[in-house]
Amino acid sequence: MSPVLAGVLQLLALIVALGLSYRPLGDYMAKVYSSEKHYKPEKWIYKAIGANANTEMRWPAYLRGVLAFSAVSVLFLYLLQRVQGSLPGSLGFVSIDPDQAFNTAASFVANTNWQSYYGEQAMGHVVQTGGLAVQNFVSAAVGMAVAVALVRGFARSRTGELGNFWSDLVRGTVRILLPISVIGALVLVACGAIQNFAGIHEVGQFMGGAQQWNGGAVASQEVIKELGTNGGGYFNANSAHPFENPNPLSNLFEIYLILVIPFALTRTFGRMVGSIKQGYAILGTMATIWVVFTGLMMWTEFAHNGPAFDLAGGAMEGKETRFGIGGSSLFAVATTLTSTGAVNSFHSSYTGFGGGITMLGMQLGEIAPGGVGSGLYGMLIMAVIAVFIAGLMVGRTPEYLGKKIGTREIKFAACYILITPALVLCFTAVAMALDTPSNSMTNSGAHGFSEILYAYTSGANNNGSAFAGLNADTQWFNSTIGIAMLLGRFLPMVFVLALAGSLAEQTPVPETAGTLRTEKPLFTGLLVGTIMIITGLTYFPALALGPLAEGLAA
Amino acid sequence: MTHDVKKHEDGMSTATATKAPHGDLSGGHHAPGRVGGGLFDPKQLIKSFPDAVKKLDPRVMIKSPVMFVVLIGSVVTTVLAVKNPGDWFGWAITVWLWLTTIFANLAEAVAEGRGKAQADTLRKAKTDTVARRLIGRNEERVPGTELRIGDLVVCEAGDIIPGDGDVVEGVASVDESAITGESAPVIRESGGDRCAVTGGTKVLSDRVVVKITTKPGETFIDRMINLVEGASRQKTPNEIALNILLASLTIVFLLAVVTLKPFAIYAGADKQTSMIVLTALLVCLIPTTIGALLSAIGIAGMDRLVQRNVLAMSGRAVEAAGDVSTLLLDKTGTITLGNRQASEFVPVKGTTEAELADAAQLSSLADETPEGRSIVVLAKEKYGLRERHQGELAHATWIEFTAQTRMSGVDVDGRQTRKGATGSVVAWVREQGGTVADDAETLTDRISQAGGTPLLVAVKDDKGARVLGVIHLKDVVKEGMRERFDELRRMGIRTVMITGDNPLTAKAIAEEAGVDDFLAEATPEDKMALIKREQAGGKLVAMTGDGTNDAPALAQADVGVAMNTGTSAAKEAGNMVDLDSNPTKLIEIVEIGKQLLITRGALTTFSIANDVAKYFAIIPAMFAVAYPSLDKLNIMGLASPESAILSAVIFNALIIIALVPLALKGVRYRPSSADSMLRRNLGIYGLGGLVAPFIGIKIIDLLLSLIPGIG
Repeated sequence: MSPVLAGVLQLLALIVALGLSYRPLGDYMAKVYSSEKHYKPEKWIYKAIGANANTEMRWPAYLRGVLAFSAVSVLFLYLLQRVQGSLPGSLGFVSIDPDQAFNTAASFVANTNWQSYYGEQAMGHVVQTGGLAVQNFVSAAVGMAVAVALVRGFARSRTGELGNFWSDLVRGTVRILLPISVIGALVLVACGAIQNFAGIHEVGQFMGGAQQWNGGAVASQEVIKELGTNGGGYFNANSAHPFENPNPLSNLFEIYLILVIPFALTRTFGRMVGSIKQGYAILGTMATIWVVFTGLMMWTEFAHNGPAFDLAGGAMEGKETRFGIGGSSLFAVATTLTSTGAVNSFHSSYTGFGGGITMLGMQLGEIAPGGVGSGLYGMLIMAVIAVFIAGLMVGRTPEYLGKKIGTREIKFAACYILITPALVLCFTAVAMALDTPSNSMTNSGAHGFSEILYAYTSGANNNGSAFAGLNADTQWFNSTIGIAMLLGRFLPMVFVLALAGSLAEQTPVPETAGTLRTEKPLFTGLLVGTIMIITGLTYFPALALGPLAEGLAA
Repeated sequence: MTHDVKKHEDGMSTATATKAPHGDLSGGHHAPGRVGGGLFDPKQLIKSFPDAVKKLDPRVMIKSPVMFVVLIGSVVTTVLAVKNPGDWFGWAITVWLWLTTIFANLAEAVAEGRGKAQADTLRKAKTDTVARRLIGRNEERVPGTELRIGDLVVCEAGDIIPGDGDVVEGVASVDESAITGESAPVIRESGGDRCAVTGGTKVLSDRVVVKITTKPGETFIDRMINLVEGASRQKTPNEIALNILLASLTIVFLLAVVTLKPFAIYAGADKQTSMIVLTALLVCLIPTTIGALLSAIGIAGMDRLVQRNVLAMSGRAVEAAGDVSTLLLDKTGTITLGNRQASEFVPVKGTTEAELADAAQLSSLADETPEGRSIVVLAKEKYGLRERHQGELAHATWIEFTAQTRMSGVDVDGRQTRKGATGSVVAWVREQGGTVADDAETLTDRISQAGGTPLLVAVKDDKGARVLGVIHLKDVVKEGMRERFDELRRMGIRTVMITGDNPLTAKAIAEEAGVDDFLAEATPEDKMALIKREQAGGKLVAMTGDGTNDAPALAQADVGVAMNTGTSAAKEAGNMVDLDSNPTKLIEIVEIGKQLLITRGALTTFSIANDVAKYFAIIPAMFAVAYPSLDKLNIMGLASPESAILSAVIFNALIIIALVPLALKGVRYRPSSADSMLRRNLGIYGLGGLVAPFIGIKIIDLLLSLIPGIG
């Protein structure tokens, strides 16, 4: 079987698997977030944290919940790393330096999982399992909670109440992420991923010398790393490491885990707003971008010419032979179009265009299908913008899902789309203008620029993947990327929740023949166009100087 | 009052901008389903040029954030060009940036200029008047400007009414052509719904006492002048929202351009990304097209209403008109012609139709009501019965129709013929000792159920008194209304007919006219309740009204169009006034509202889609030296970096001027479903917006490369 065919078949298998889980998972999540009932263990949690899970919250209260919980999480994770040296079960690793501890704490709480440390050389069992893995669950659940709050904003009328943050947070963790993770971890272990609390093994090598191998609860962390679109690897090599991702089957399964919740959330959205078709339109938009990006990625990686490439069947540098170009391209696109940031290959080694595709994927705001929760709310914000511009063309003031997009709504949506471009471009510009940061580049010319552009793109969009090549463990990068991650995660949430609150207060406008039909393919096309033009064009000059200059030169 | 509806095939296209506002414009409805475009004369561009330059004041420009950025850019490049006077490129960019700014102001100035011309004509009507104020029994002469609310003034034939008010005594004919453009005088009388008079209009006959209801300076004419001049123009909610989005896009592109400088220095393209080039790139990227035309679109929308003799008190109302999903239309005068008409003669058994028609005609000769006339007309048209005149029949005793007897007829040659309301005629037949045929009742019931009004025809001769048959009177639905309502339905608008008729009659007419719903035996309270019910469901409601009892409903409706013939309470309550007092115009108002929003959306889409091509012109021009591979992006094959950037800037400026007519006339609008409208407009303005600049920039580049030293 040719590598190209193998790649295409993997893509088709993935689509079938995602298609099969779309309905049951989407409907199940809708039920979880709409149910009145609390389970026993959930009640214990509410009691323990002293939260009342039955009160309805307006948007400021909901936001306060999100911010307070996340602030406490950052603080806890920071302190945990700072005292690692004195904790048992730390494999003898020392405490983490302040700037790196801040960076890592911000990174995991912001669902980014940018790692400026080497997992196997810095983090012991306690921090990995009790700190990082916990954040893998709850930071994902926070994203889903905010998305559900926005969906409720569309679904509810004349109230302003968006649900209960504590209940959404706990349910997302207990009823959605945990059960899937248990099953997923078993599958990964069956595939050969490791799961233990062993110490460090000295292993002799064929060529002489010795290597140190850590054990650890890898499979359980790997599954939530993908499922919660986190991306922080147990090992530095991330999903390229055989303990994390042993074979093509586990590779395909991990890609499936990355995409399954973000896609299925569109079904949840459709269910909750009372129109499955509206969910399909959003799904269609996400799927179109995802399939086109994957196709382009495979094309540019397979088509790369030259004697060495021809021998390898394409651009194999930086890719694992056990995954090949197909399995690597699928993974790279899935991880950058979501907020995952896990990698099974080195994005820096991709062709110029290939590297550009990973960057553009993040720059679109990671909405196709995007991170768990954050993908859905990011896409809905773009839908609001698209409706606003094009909705006028049907001769009515714009409305989406029966809600008017007026001054207040557009103000929040406009602020939302401003944040990440501002963070990415400003931080990159300052880094380029200063002397010290640019010393971290390991390449010159367009590729060197791509390293820094990628780093801030990844941070501000909460992706967490690295282009590789950049030495990011400096005070400058630890601090600025840490700030970019926090602002890039929580500022948009402020506007999402404010928008949700404003939508929930409205009286819905009944649908008539004069209403813009947002469940039709025409709207899907319009939405894709709006996303590509508005967010794509923002980065066009920067991309031209990095990946485009490189790609066109080849 | 009945209004003569003149039909204009093609709206206003023959009028010119400087003509008196209401000169020869009829308020008649246009060919159904088409909102006639506004008008545009290229000469206006030149005429408005001085106004456009005056608008360069930064305090004015800041209202449009996009154009304010262009203004700053123009200043920056000017300073740079002055510092380096030998750089022809810098000067060229500077000139075109200034032109971009001025073109934007020009669009607004042209739109306003049309209103100013109309305001001037109105001012002429507002000559200083001397009022004859009543103090007790005495009259004193005071200037019109000194009148206060509650003052009583006397107006006699030849006087100009000094201010807005209500007639409290007397009746007069008034010439309101100064406001409505309609030269036929109207009757104004105390009490009832015809009591309102407008300052600046002229009393033609008789004498009235008017109670002043508005302060000088706030009269109807003053407000009209303000409105058409745009002095009281405020940004509408949707316009504000769009401005916010445009401002945020401007910030995004500002960031993209500012941060480009360090990237370029690193890439080794410092020289190619001079301040002038970056400013040019910024101006090309920010949505200048829509930013420049946004306010002109709004002004032109109001103006299109004024041309149809409708005054909108706020732009908000015009926008709301586009969103209306329920139209409340009064039956009489809007859906049906003013009066019921005879449609058929149905004889009882033993009588022929011809016999009945003859009797019906004869008995109706003394009935001067429109219904009576229509019977004579039907007899002539359908049965060829020549219209007889009362004088032809000697020795005839005519029985005139009165509201009390509800019967008319004639006694001639010993034969008595009667026609009238069922009850009255049955009573008359019985009185004369006759009998009413059994099937007469069945016939009248059938007509009633069909929504018609039955009239009985009876005769008394040597065979005794008996009923001959029934005349079927019915409401006549105006021509083309059904098609109009079908169109509205396709646009997602529900029509509700309001009538004082009983439910049976109302249902029949509603079905015939094709309205979606009806409100029968409607009281003002019912109307109000209906509006509130619709609004509670999130719908926007539009209605027309003229009486004082309509005022609460007019105020409650999202779009309340008061008839100019109506009371001042009604005019105060509504947010639009139709100077022609033609209720059918409500449909056109909705279409104009929609057209305004479509124009705004179309030009925004066009403006944003334009950016793609500009990148393909400017990015290779800036960076092909640093990274030769980027020259592959120069897919237009532009001659040189300088001509590429200049071409993009020139295209960006010229497209504003090219689109001014579209902004003023509005995008072509045909009622259709949202789906087909979106497909069409997205095709033209979305795809067109992507493709047009590629062609335009290439052409400009070709022309520029002919100039020695550029290509």
